[in-house]
Amino acid sequence: MNVDLCVGCGACAEKCPGKFDDTYNAGLIKRTAIYVEYPQAVPLKYGINPDVCLKLTKDKCGNCQDVCPANAIDYTQTEETITINAGSIIFSPGFTAFNPSKFDNYNYAGFPNVVTSMEFERILSATGPTMGHVTTFPGLPLKPKKKKDKLLAEKRKDPKKIAWFQCVGSRDINKCDNPYCSSVCCMYAVKEAIIAKEHAGGDLDCSIFYMDMRTPGKDFEKYYQNAKEKHGINFIRSKVHSVTQNPDTNDLDIRYVDEMGQIIDDTYDMIVLSVGLEISEETKDLAQKLGIDLTPGGFCKTGSFEPVTSSRDGIFVSGVFNNPKDIPESVLDASAAASAAGDALSRARDTLTLELEKAKEINVAGERPRIGAFICDCGSNIKGVVDCEAVTQYARTLPYVEFADEAMYACSQDAQNKMVEYIKEKKLNRIVVAACTPKTHEPLFQETLSNAGLNKYLFEMTNIRNHNSWVHKNNPDIATQKAKDLVRMAVAKAALAEPLKEEKIDVNDSVVVIGGGLAGMASAKSLATQGYKTHIIEKKEKLGGEAHKLYKTAQGEDVQTHLDELIKEIEQNENITVHCNTSLESVDGFVGNFKSTLKTNGKELDLEYGVAVLATGAKAFVPDEYEYGKDDRIITSLDLDKMFKENDAGLDAINSAVFIQCVGSRQPDRPYCSRVCCTHSIDNAIELKERKPDMDVFIIYRDIRTYGEKELLYKKARELGVIFFRYDVDQKPEVSIKNDKLLIELIDHVLNQPIQIEADLLTLATAIVPRKDEKLANFFKVPLNDEGFFVEKHAKLGPAEFATDGVFLAGSGHYPKPVNEAITQGRASASRALTLLAKKDNLFTSGVVASADPLKCSECGVCVSICPYSAPGFMTDGRFEGKARVNAVLCKGCGLCVASCRSGALHLRGFDTSQIFSQIFALGEVV
Amino acid sequence: MSNKLTGSVVVIGGGISGMLSALDLANSGYYVYLVEKGPSIGGVMAQLDKTFPTNDCAM
Ligand SMILES: Cc1cc2nc3c(=O)[nH]c(=O)nc-3n(C[C@H](O)[C@H](O)[C@H](O)COP(=O)(O)OP(=O)(O)OC[C@H]3O[C@@H](n4cnc5c(N)ncnc54)[C@H](O)[C@@H]3O)c2cc1C
Ligand code: SF4
Ligand code: SF4
Repeated sequence: MNVDLCVGCGACAEKCPGKFDDTYNAGLIKRTAIYVEYPQAVPLKYGINPDVCLKLTKDKCGNCQDVCPANAIDYTQTEETITINAGSIIFSPGFTAFNPSKFDNYNYAGFPNVVTSMEFERILSATGPTMGHVTTFPGLPLKPKKKKDKLLAEKRKDPKKIAWFQCVGSRDINKCDNPYCSSVCCMYAVKEAIIAKEHAGGDLDCSIFYMDMRTPGKDFEKYYQNAKEKHGINFIRSKVHSVTQNPDTNDLDIRYVDEMGQIIDDTYDMIVLSVGLEISEETKDLAQKLGIDLTPGGFCKTGSFEPVTSSRDGIFVSGVFNNPKDIPESVLDASAAASAAGDALSRARDTLTLELEKAKEINVAGERPRIGAFICDCGSNIKGVVDCEAVTQYARTLPYVEFADEAMYACSQDAQNKMVEYIKEKKLNRIVVAACTPKTHEPLFQETLSNAGLNKYLFEMTNIRNHNSWVHKNNPDIATQKAKDLVRMAVAKAALAEPLKEEKIDVNDSVVVIGGGLAGMASAKSLATQGYKTHIIEKKEKLGGEAHKLYKTAQGEDVQTHLDELIKEIEQNENITVHCNTSLESVDGFVGNFKSTLKTNGKELDLEYGVAVLATGAKAFVPDEYEYGKDDRIITSLDLDKMFKENDAGLDAINSAVFIQCVGSRQPDRPYCSRVCCTHSIDNAIELKERKPDMDVFIIYRDIRTYGEKELLYKKARELGVIFFRYDVDQKPEVSIKNDKLLIELIDHVLNQPIQIEADLLTLATAIVPRKDEKLANFFKVPLNDEGFFVEKHAKLGPAEFATDGVFLAGSGHYPKPVNEAITQGRASASRALTLLAKKDNLFTSGVVASADPLKCSECGVCVSICPYSAPGFMTDGRFEGKARVNAVLCKGCGLCVASCRSGALHLRGFDTSQIFSQIFALGEVV
Repeated sequence: MSNKLTGSVVVIGGGISGMLSALDLANSGYYVYLVEKGPSIGGVMAQLDKTFPTNDCAM
């Protein structure tokens, strides 16, 4: 394939006879030998699978070359080796989903209605083989041709009962070699069950069979509780040991033992195997070639204090290859790896990147509009339904239209080049494009306008594909008429378009990091290494924060040694100024231009800076139950760490130690999981056992949440003889002190009997609670959630920044997290901040912002109170003192204020009332 | 080791993590080569229907 020529029209695939498994659809259907991964793929270029192409395997066919309108097909291409000279490598090869064909007791390979979760994702998807319709026999073609398939297809039905089996290919060394927990499957199973119910309507019965429900991420516990309470999903704590198939109906009969020890038989229409994440052999081989060390599970080995750095200098890692993780964490890893790779190369920054040269802007003010209209066929996507030629003809008849042209792909490089020529040649000063969606393509066309010297806001795009040819497939005449209407409306609006100005934002390139814990220090270190003056503001007398109280990390590293080293590095870094015993007294300004007053031991200092990182952390909850505070033998996890750190003599005297989990977590007043406490207690239990093997150690828990390779610690603890008892939140264990004996009573689930343990030491695994710092949140205009944690810009795609520009987020102020994750987020926040600081000389506001007309403003203040970004304010001096003014830097162009202004004083540039009305009137015109 | 540093980074794998590493680096002044073995970028996330915990579309 010559990818530069391919326009992605798909004519080739229509004529291709070769077939192979469509891996994008998890193998549920076949695809042609010449293919794109999926219709929205980037780049949208066809490729040939040489193993199944008839031309390449047998020298037959050649259809695709015959039909390709772009001459893109070249059967003579061979593999090429390219050598790249680079400063660092980021290795993020991801994972493959576990293949359960080997599991004979679930008979995935033999039973058509046992599917994997990956297949189920495709079944749920509107772009999948069943178009989002949940049905049995999903692997059969929609209209089967083979006789055998036809017979099966007759049994096809909408399932009434679906079961999910958790931990398939995870937490298991008997059926597979994956002792770790895959971290994501509990959550995705809950998600799939919720969505399946949405698709199928209320009466679908969904059951999830699990060992521990692991939902330790931000807002995950609520998601799980909602699934139970609002969506009626059943959660059954049991591992199903056998599945058989009813030969007549293909329904699935399962047998399992419930928590009470009873054998239960049940029948389901479909079973989804929640398969784990695995590192492929290919990736492991490549890792070996790269010379990086792997963990027992095959993931990259990294340390807690440099969590994205491999064992080989210059190679960094991110994503699932760096331990099983979900999307939000992969996103954090990605930015953290960028920060680490950049730190290593900071001296060579900006040496290989080029500034784009900009064409000089033509002044069109006062000119009569000369509109150019471009109508796109989008291959057959639009032209297959709409008569594009007629639409183009019609466009030529519209007022102010100077020129109109039809293009097979208006977005292709050659069409763009032509557009530039037409603009110059015909002296066009407004452009209309009728094509696909502005969401993806508007920036591209605007860039073309800029290249031709036109202000990029002299542009209007109308969507004749998604809003037209796709939805009116069966009515080509009406679709053509609608396309004409849309073009007429766009032309009417474009005629009124004015060039808009983007204001330059001055960026002060020093940084303030608030909070000198691990996350804050990691952030500051990266920013300083890449050359930015960074201030750390810490309210305590020294750096380090909560980490001073920790003994060891989950990977066994000594926290204090590493912490001391990091603090030393920070203190010696020339670009970092540390302000201890310091409070932040005020914050003014906005992105690039913040001003604050600091107060250190009563002395005030003014500081100007461009970006801020909030890394203020969280703290341990002080228990209010289990007799805490009434007896010295009842302590918290951090107290136990202190005993280990100090090698407390009292440890030797302990013969029986008990841990109670979820103290203050996962209950109605604090409905989240504190994420770190399961691992922490298990770690400490192991430490006790290793110090004194004959000590009795008990952990009383609700679910053990040792996600990822922390599961190996759980396994180790059991092997060392730590005993685990489970409790329910409505039947908590009872602690009492009788005759100086410390007693813990609970109901054992397996025996269904009360048991009593006498302990010498009771450790309460306390919740981690946010600081709920409303003052700080108000200073930077950033939100706190119901629990008091900061709310990030986007739960998945913006976890280390706020919606407020120039303000970033790291550490447990976002959500409770262990050492390595706090440092990852610290680095990630630095990387996100760097992308902003790097724009120092070319950071601009958008042109589409609101502006206020002081002559009409009645000073009512509605705009000031309604704007979510605090952009409008009152002028404090001058001729228009007291009138509203919009700060273009803060305005996001949402238009809320415009709609709310009762005096008609506010206008949204580029979407002015006259423009909107002109479109509406144009729609009403009868042609 | 020579003193000359090369201001470019190779990112291997174009899944959600590889893509975002590449974007951050390119936007902060480093030249990036994004290497993907498949025909398009996006990785597994592009195969998912909706994603927890917000249930918005993965695309
Ligand atoms: C069934 C299922 C449902 C899930 N649902 C959710 C959900 O709802 N929410 C959520 O947050 N997470 C979910 N996840 C997890 C999510 O998919 C991962 O966290 C995420 O996709 C990981 O991204 P990644 O970039 O690390 O890996 P990948 O997406 O695997 O990307 C790696 C990329 O690297 C390429 N590559 C590999 N080796 C090489 C090489 N040698 N050279 C060049 N390129 C290479 C691959 O082709 C691939 O494109 C789900 C996972 C599964 C299996
Ligand atoms: S416990 Fe871990 S491996 Fe098992 S299903 Fe839950 S997340 Fe996956
Ligand atoms: S002990 Fe902590 S990590 Fe474990 S389930 Fe409870 S709150 Fe979550």
